[in-house]
Amino acid sequence: MRVGLLVTCLVDMMRPRIGFSALKLLESAGCEVVVPAAQTCCGQPGWNSGDRASARALAEKLIDEFEGCDFVVAPSGSCAGMVKTHYPDLFPGEGAWLERAERLAARTWELTDFLTNVVKLDSPPSRFTGTVTYHDSCSGLRELGVKQQPRRLLAKLPGVRLKEMNGCETCCGFGGTFSVKFGEVSAAMADAKCEHILATGADVVVLGDLGCMLNIEGRLRRRGDNTTRVLHIAEVLSYEK
Amino acid sequence: MHFKQRAGSALADAKLQSVMKRFGSGFVEKRTQARAAFGVDLFERLRDEGAKLRDRGLANLDVWLLRFEAEALRRGATVLWAGDTAEAREHVLRICREHGLKKAIKSKSMVSEEAGLNDALEAHGVQPVETDLGEYIIQLAKEPPSHIIAPAIHKDKEQVSDLFTEHHRKPRLTDIDELTREARVMLREHFLSADLGISGGNFLIAETGSVAIVTNEGNGRMTTTLPRVHIAITGIEKVIPTLEDLSLLNRLLPRSATGQAISNYVSVLTGPRGANDREGPEHMVFVLVDNGRTDFLGGEMQEMLRCIRCGACMNHCPVYQTVGGHAYGWVYPGPMGSVLTPMFNGLENALDLPQAATLCGACHVACPVKIPLPGLLRKLREKQVEQRLRPRTERAAIRLWAFAATRPWLYALGTKLAVRVLRMLSSSTGVIRRIPFDPGWTLGRDIPAPERKTFRQLYAEQRSERGNQGSPVTRIGKPSS
Repeated sequence: MRVGLLVTCLVDMMRPRIGFSALKLLESAGCEVVVPAAQTCCGQPGWNSGDRASARALAEKLIDEFEGCDFVVAPSGSCAGMVKTHYPDLFPGEGAWLERAERLAARTWELTDFLTNVVKLDSPPSRFTGTVTYHDSCSGLRELGVKQQPRRLLAKLPGVRLKEMNGCETCCGFGGTFSVKFGEVSAAMADAKCEHILATGADVVVLGDLGCMLNIEGRLRRRGDNTTRVLHIAEVLSYEK
Repeated sequence: MHFKQRAGSALADAKLQSVMKRFGSGFVEKRTQARAAFGVDLFERLRDEGAKLRDRGLANLDVWLLRFEAEALRRGATVLWAGDTAEAREHVLRICREHGLKKAIKSKSMVSEEAGLNDALEAHGVQPVETDLGEYIIQLAKEPPSHIIAPAIHKDKEQVSDLFTEHHRKPRLTDIDELTREARVMLREHFLSADLGISGGNFLIAETGSVAIVTNEGNGRMTTTLPRVHIAITGIEKVIPTLEDLSLLNRLLPRSATGQAISNYVSVLTGPRGANDREGPEHMVFVLVDNGRTDFLGGEMQEMLRCIRCGACMNHCPVYQTVGGHAYGWVYPGPMGSVLTPMFNGLENALDLPQAATLCGACHVACPVKIPLPGLLRKLREKQVEQRLRPRTERAAIRLWAFAATRPWLYALGTKLAVRVLRMLSSSTGVIRRIPFDPGWTLGRDIPAPERKTFRQLYAEQRSERGNQGSPVTRIGKPSS
């Protein structure tokens, strides 16, 4: 089973260890992992900013790069959602490209969804212990139906206690370019999310998307909270220390 | 003033913030409970049916409107068509003149807000009195509604108390029941002395020529039956084919709006008072407003015309929950407003509304008729780019990003440099407090510093250690190749 790892641009630049965690998880599930070296960005910034041409150029590039894989897996509901639910919209009525986009979309998965429903990972290679709370990212949850998958995987770790927060499905306020265009509103939304996280008393907030991660961690630190950790689900599931 | 400035004031308004915190998830929880009580799967099927039903109505809107007109006329009502809001105001004012009307009691109508009807009535010597409690409060405060079904949701008890004390000239009350009772007493006089009743219309039923009105306070029924003239003003897209359709949509509407299985009142009004009726208006008039709606028929924004004005999208919107409805600047707030305002008032007059959303999708999954609101907002963003309505710097930034991202060598170099710069800017605690030329991120957040190298650098290093580099597709086999 050849699995193409879509590292995603934010992981590449900000948190490479999440990419390596995803790699480790896929390998431990017995996948042959392919990491196309020229991959960059899925095109979502252009798509959500109304620049269809930019989005399309990047979609064509990604389709070219990943077409040879049986599956494409991303440690991000947002990027997987872009490929899976929006790529076909970028090629309306275009026979060949539309078909290629649809074929790839059908084989693209968010990491926890893939681990749970395709390779059925039984024992994640993790020694993580602690009380965690889980933030559902919007695209993963509402575009791809990622809800129980990460929770089921966390439940396989004996040292982990999950304490749900209020409003775990409410947007953290990131929203891509929204977070800079409406910085104050976005920060206020992140603040509400932080309140819910802190109310659980969890040591760690776990999530599946880098956008939410930077937003929530950025707000926690600005509030002066340097102890609540923010970890990607892939990091928790492959934790070594 | 743009959304951004209004939202800024909303965030700085401590009173509003505390009210919005309390508003929080109230409606959301009530809807969740109502959906569970109805049966989640059944409710989801109902949403599918609701969407299809609205699409069928819109596909033959002209046919249903003409049928509605014929049936309404046959039952003695008058039907007036208004191409825009100016024409709608003229129709209402002409009726006031013809019948010598001086006081209008009103039940909630968003189209009346859309048309600025109250100001027009006042300017022509007709006193408009809003009788929905929330509308009554904001009329006293001279403010626009901040929510389409809970127009005074932005006010707290103290503010209402102040308004009533000032306008009713009675001792100050602070208990909510007592305040409501006092408003009721004040409104009673208006109900009995008005000669015109103006209502909106939740639905127009083509097969019977009726208007259906869904309310909780009973004011709608008094407005439509006590005065000698009743005008129902609503949008042309509200027409549905049959009473059967009403029963389907009315299962969706109150559950989506307030989480009620059914509202306290559902009125279906057909024609004026007949020879054998003991009550009802002598004249019943429909003012059916287009105001740009037909422009969107058959186009990519048509799905918005399905809207049944329940307010679920704003209830579920985290941006609305944070800044309230006035930030959206016009009659319709929240996600539906961010689509409707540019549609009705022109994209160039609502520059940042399509951008004022995180596209989180909470509105889409709550919408009783499944309007793909995030998709429609995205389409508006595309139009903004096509029409060069977004700032040049923003368009250039996205194009620059795409230029680099389609050139992997340039992208690798750019991200490598960016990581270096970000690390130089980061503090000892591993965050960046400020960056130059930041349009807004660091106003309220730090930037977590990146790790030392990019994934692609680290991965290439790892591959070269394993003695396997250079191919465009690098593989990790198991076991290692």
